Amino acid sequence: MSEKKKSKYIIIPCSGIGKAVGTITRRATYIVTDELLPNDTDSICLPLLTIKDEETVRKIRQNPCITVDGCVAQCAKKNVEHHKGRLHGEIKILDVIKENPKLKPGTVLDIGPDGEKLARKAAEKVVKIVGDKS
Amino acid sequence: MKIKSKIGLISCSGEGLSEGMISRVATRRILEERDNVVTICLPLFLAGGQEERDFAKDNPCITVDGCEKMCAAKGVKMYGKVHPKSQIIISEIVERGKHLKPKSKSKIEPEDEKLVHETMKIINNEIEKVKEKDE
Repeated sequence: MSEKKKSKYIIIPCSGIGKAVGTITRRATYIVTDELLPNDTDSICLPLLTIKDEETVRKIRQNPCITVDGCVAQCAKKNVEHHKGRLHGEIKILDVIKENPKLKPGTVLDIGPDGEKLARKAAEKVVKIVGDKS
Repeated sequence: MKIKSKIGLISCSGEGLSEGMISRVATRRILEERDNVVTICLPLFLAGGQEERDFAKDNPCITVDGCEKMCAAKGVKMYGKVHPKSQIIISEIVERGKHLKPKSKSKIEPEDEKLVHETMKIINNEIEKVKEKDE
């Protein structure tokens, strides 16, 4: 097996707690890592990168990363870039919302059916990036 | 003297563990119940500007971490250069034996509600202690 095949894509949601879009990033990530591509993807706690956890920094440098950000602050992308991780793609939930203007997410604690649909659309985008890069 | 700042409640937001979900949900529910509490998305300490890094200096902080790696508490010390006024760790609450470790990292199951409520009770107690000390 080649080295490339051993690598798993690390899907990194933004860890946002203030807005529903943050919850959607987490949900999208779980859809990818638990349902759609469980054998090819993994995730990390983003705050571990924020506190410069050595093992986590090593993981994002050794594996291709796809970030899923909720708001314009783009915490996931910036944390990966700061630590010189292998950023292979980025998803912005705000773009997914713009592409699906009829879908209105619910709240931080309950994103509702539309939020779930947005999460699934974001997850599909992640899957496409993985497919395109493989 | 009464404090002018609000109390900062910072959750680890950990996606990788079910305890992280408890810290996040309990924190969020407290924020929705109380008007003297504010939060910040933890990764903003690094991704944000000086204002975000000063959050912990400007607001006495209580951290709510899912596991012993204590990202929230370490983040406050690393970026705010201050110690949290109080540190709560969900895995320690679970280890006390009254509650089962939650199974899901993505949603609160009915059996997790007691752990969320217990965590909220602890957070509320710590908020009152911090308020008393600063008054």
